[in-house]
Amino acid sequence: MHQSLKTSYTQDISLLAHRGSVLWYGFLVAVLLVIPGVMGEFYVNELGGVYIFAIAGVGLMLLTGYTGLVNLGQGAFLGIGAYTNSVLMTKGVPFVITLPLSGVAAALAGVALGVPTLRMTGFYLAIATLAFGSIVGTIFQKWTSVTGGFDGFAVPTPTILGYPIEGANGVYYLSLFVLIFVLWLSVNILRSPIGRAMVAIRDSEVSAQSMGINLSLYKTISFAISSGITGLAGALFGHYVRFLAPDSFDILLSIQFVTIIFVGGLGSLHGAIFGAMFVRLLPQVIAIVRDDLPFGIGRMPGLEPSLFGLILVLVILFEPAGIYGRWLKLKAYFRNFPLHRRSSMRRQKVYARSERLR
Amino acid sequence: MSLFAARDIAIQFGGIKAVDAVTFDVNEGEVFSIIGPNGAGKTTIFNLISRIYSPTSGELIFKDQNITKVPPHDIAALGIARTFQNIELFAQATLLQNLLIGRHCHVNTGLLSQLCFMPSNRKAELEHREKVEDVIAFLDLQRYRDTLIANLPYGVRKVVELGRALCIEPKLLLLDEPSSGLNVEETEGMAFWIEDIKKDLGITVIMVEHDMKLVSAVSDRVMALNYGRVIALGTPGEVQTHPEVVRAYIGGEA
Repeated sequence: MHQSLKTSYTQDISLLAHRGSVLWYGFLVAVLLVIPGVMGEFYVNELGGVYIFAIAGVGLMLLTGYTGLVNLGQGAFLGIGAYTNSVLMTKGVPFVITLPLSGVAAALAGVALGVPTLRMTGFYLAIATLAFGSIVGTIFQKWTSVTGGFDGFAVPTPTILGYPIEGANGVYYLSLFVLIFVLWLSVNILRSPIGRAMVAIRDSEVSAQSMGINLSLYKTISFAISSGITGLAGALFGHYVRFLAPDSFDILLSIQFVTIIFVGGLGSLHGAIFGAMFVRLLPQVIAIVRDDLPFGIGRMPGLEPSLFGLILVLVILFEPAGIYGRWLKLKAYFRNFPLHRRSSMRRQKVYARSERLR
Repeated sequence: MSLFAARDIAIQFGGIKAVDAVTFDVNEGEVFSIIGPNGAGKTTIFNLISRIYSPTSGELIFKDQNITKVPPHDIAALGIARTFQNIELFAQATLLQNLLIGRHCHVNTGLLSQLCFMPSNRKAELEHREKVEDVIAFLDLQRYRDTLIANLPYGVRKVVELGRALCIEPKLLLLDEPSSGLNVEETEGMAFWIEDIKKDLGITVIMVEHDMKLVSAVSDRVMALNYGRVIALGTPGEVQTHPEVVRAYIGGEA
């Protein structure tokens, strides 16, 4: 049974929990770095997509999983990031400048959404963010002078210090780098006063306020950080799909992000990663088995979205802690092996509560 | 010298006068209790002081400063901390995190320093941790340090809420029914802590409480309310035998 003995306060605020995790995460990064050398281009490309969705998932996790604010329009921020980056690049601005700018643009859009919805929670916030998502989607379609409308446009190849970032490998390494950066940023946030203020707002607004937390300020900060991170993912997404058209950023994309954090496990960064793996790899599994399904189910239109919906509902009903929660339970089971008690896995309260007097 | 004063404060919800022209002074270093039947307006007074409600009329004065218009999130920084009747802890966070949130009004590291976890932020975090550990030691909470609040028994949560308020390092502490839901033993423990808070930490306490044994054990002065009005104010003994108070609790003619 592993029990880490704490001998100093710095251990509780260190980046990684203990020496063992330094080893494991180092090993993981090393494996991820050599993958393009040993796996085919198709897999490398898919993994790049997983990283991009994981970045956006981490962004939404900070907002929904940690601050407790629902956002059904996260796809819009991905779109804002993608268009900002790609449009500026076609105008000749170098990628090293457009990438951070796409994050900034999405963060500003996040503030624009966050400020008017400050007093909203639960259903009302969900509807407002949904509306925001569809408004932004319409802007992508109609603002043809900038976005090219439905015709779309090809995204230029980025270059960093004269080196072109090309093909599946380029996007793979770039996304991996940004994902690690975003995770580092998120861990910093969560072990700092901002992160604690976010958790406080999630769990009890009234006492957060009495502890001196300015609700409006911290909700706005949370919206800005969340949408900024998603904007970075958007910039990478543009290079991943190589051709930008407004129909990539529909409501279904936002639902996918919600699926990422719920299926992965609300309230953990691990959850965002697991959720992204699930959401990106499920369509591939469907594609593989599609032809072998009986009764022509495989040819039914809307198979994928309805499967996503079904899985989302089932996870909320039967495993609200998501994949990561299940993983923790599995770990606890083996750690206490012969002494496992059923009651220790009892269902706990979940983060996303319905309306309640606050 | 009076640390806190309420001057003719009143609040109306629709046609109901929840608090009606209440005036009182709280002296520095005393334990001031507010008693009264259910719905007398005791918790409403706390919500007015912590600025969750805005009074319809009247003034609140803390350390010679009018706080009637101060936003609710600036109350903690002034030195007023509170607990809640039905426990409003951050249930999905550990005890340690809860107490650290209590330090929020003392945070002065910038956004960038926090995002990059710069040395200045690390140093500030360690200082907050030292202060929090003092409170943990004071309230004997060491063994629950890394436990989620959701997994703690009710009695311990009550103490954690007290601890979180102490982390603010307040001048004035508002305790909303500190003994509700506690057993006899835990209530006695609470009485000792309130004594210690007053004597050792020099914090002035305003307490809403139903348990008269606790009230008479720790209070210097007691104020009795009924239907939003003050019906008696004085030492615990005086108030308990006051005919108006007896009538409010037991009924009948007096």
